[in-house]
Amino acid sequence: MKSILSKPSEGASGLTGMWRIKRPIMDTDKCNMCMLCWLYCPEGTITKRAGGKPRIVYEYCKGCGICAEVCPSKAIIMLRREKGAVDR
Amino acid sequence: MSSVLTIKDLTEEEFTLPGNAACPGCAAALSLRIALKVLGPKTIMIVPASCISVIQGYYPKTPCRVPVLNVAFASTAAAGSGAVAALELKGKSGVKVLCWAGDGGTADIGLQALSGAAERNENMIYVCYDNEAYMNTGTQRSGATPRAAFTTTTVTGKLERKKSVPEIMIAHRIPYVATACAAFPLDFASKLKRAESMPVRGLKYIHLLSPCPPGWRFPAEKTVEVGKLAVMTGMWILYEWYDGGYNLTGPSKALLEKSRRRPLKDYLSIQGRFGHLKEEDLESLQRDVDEHWEEFSKKLGIRA
Repeated sequence: MKSILSKPSEGASGLTGMWRIKRPIMDTDKCNMCMLCWLYCPEGTITKRAGGKPRIVYEYCKGCGICAEVCPSKAIIMLRREKGAVDR
Repeated sequence: MSSVLTIKDLTEEEFTLPGNAACPGCAAALSLRIALKVLGPKTIMIVPASCISVIQGYYPKTPCRVPVLNVAFASTAAAGSGAVAALELKGKSGVKVLCWAGDGGTADIGLQALSGAAERNENMIYVCYDNEAYMNTGTQRSGATPRAAFTTTTVTGKLERKKSVPEIMIAHRIPYVATACAAFPLDFASKLKRAESMPVRGLKYIHLLSPCPPGWRFPAEKTVEVGKLAVMTGMWILYEWYDGGYNLTGPSKALLEKSRRRPLKDYLSIQGRFGHLKEEDLESLQRDVDEHWEEFSKKLGIRA
């Protein structure tokens, strides 16, 4: 019988980064690697780089801004995109 | 039983993949992500109609890397019982059954199935993520909506009080009942770990407060702040109940004295759903919180 089960996949609802109106920008020099941004990201779009510092996956980041709020060293700022521009 | 998980105890592996249909800043998506990190891939999820069934998306893709059984609104705990029975018959041990339902699917529509499963003491974990209304259909009030909150069906504020499902579950004398809040993911993770690793068979129930930016009317980035204020003002109490006794956990441990709690106004004033309240309403809600703590403090330290 042909299976009609859904298969796990990134972007099950498309490139959700397109929803974003503010882009998180991380200053890795300020980052103290506490990983609270990773812990609190609802989407799981923050991953660890080789050096242990976090990296934001912009394809799927919805720009909620929780990472910037919870960052104790204020290493993340939220940059509003320009009117009409598409933030990818 | 007081081991608290740290951020390093959580695996880097993701079991809910990015690019799902959750709203920006969704506390339910955050909590599910944390929960599956704790329980791991050998988990079967039972999900009724809820925001989570929307977040799962549509065929042929899903963000969930564990098997999910989508069931009718009323039947989460009944379907979970069936899954537990099937696993036992097939002799499969080590597979966990996680029922994951919203407050509508738990406090209202799914309550009788949950009560039945609790009375039979089915061997599974049940998490109610409580965003205090039917959010996925457009913010209609539920039994878990707090008094005075605006919803699209209580436009002047809800008149009735919030139903306490954890207290109903404690009355069933199941092995473990706890409350948690999405803004304290490590507290939630520790409680899930405890529920999972308890040697005693039976239903473990966790009631998780899950702030909802569109439904509670606050900006998406404030999810964690709102959740923290719910606990720090004493509106939401973090506790565990097992072996017949209550224990406060996390920041709630320090809040028994009224002076240690933040004024309730701090929590209410940053949410649009309480925007219509007058000064006397705020005072009345503050009295509710104080009375609740007074009542709750009497239960502490009492081992039945």
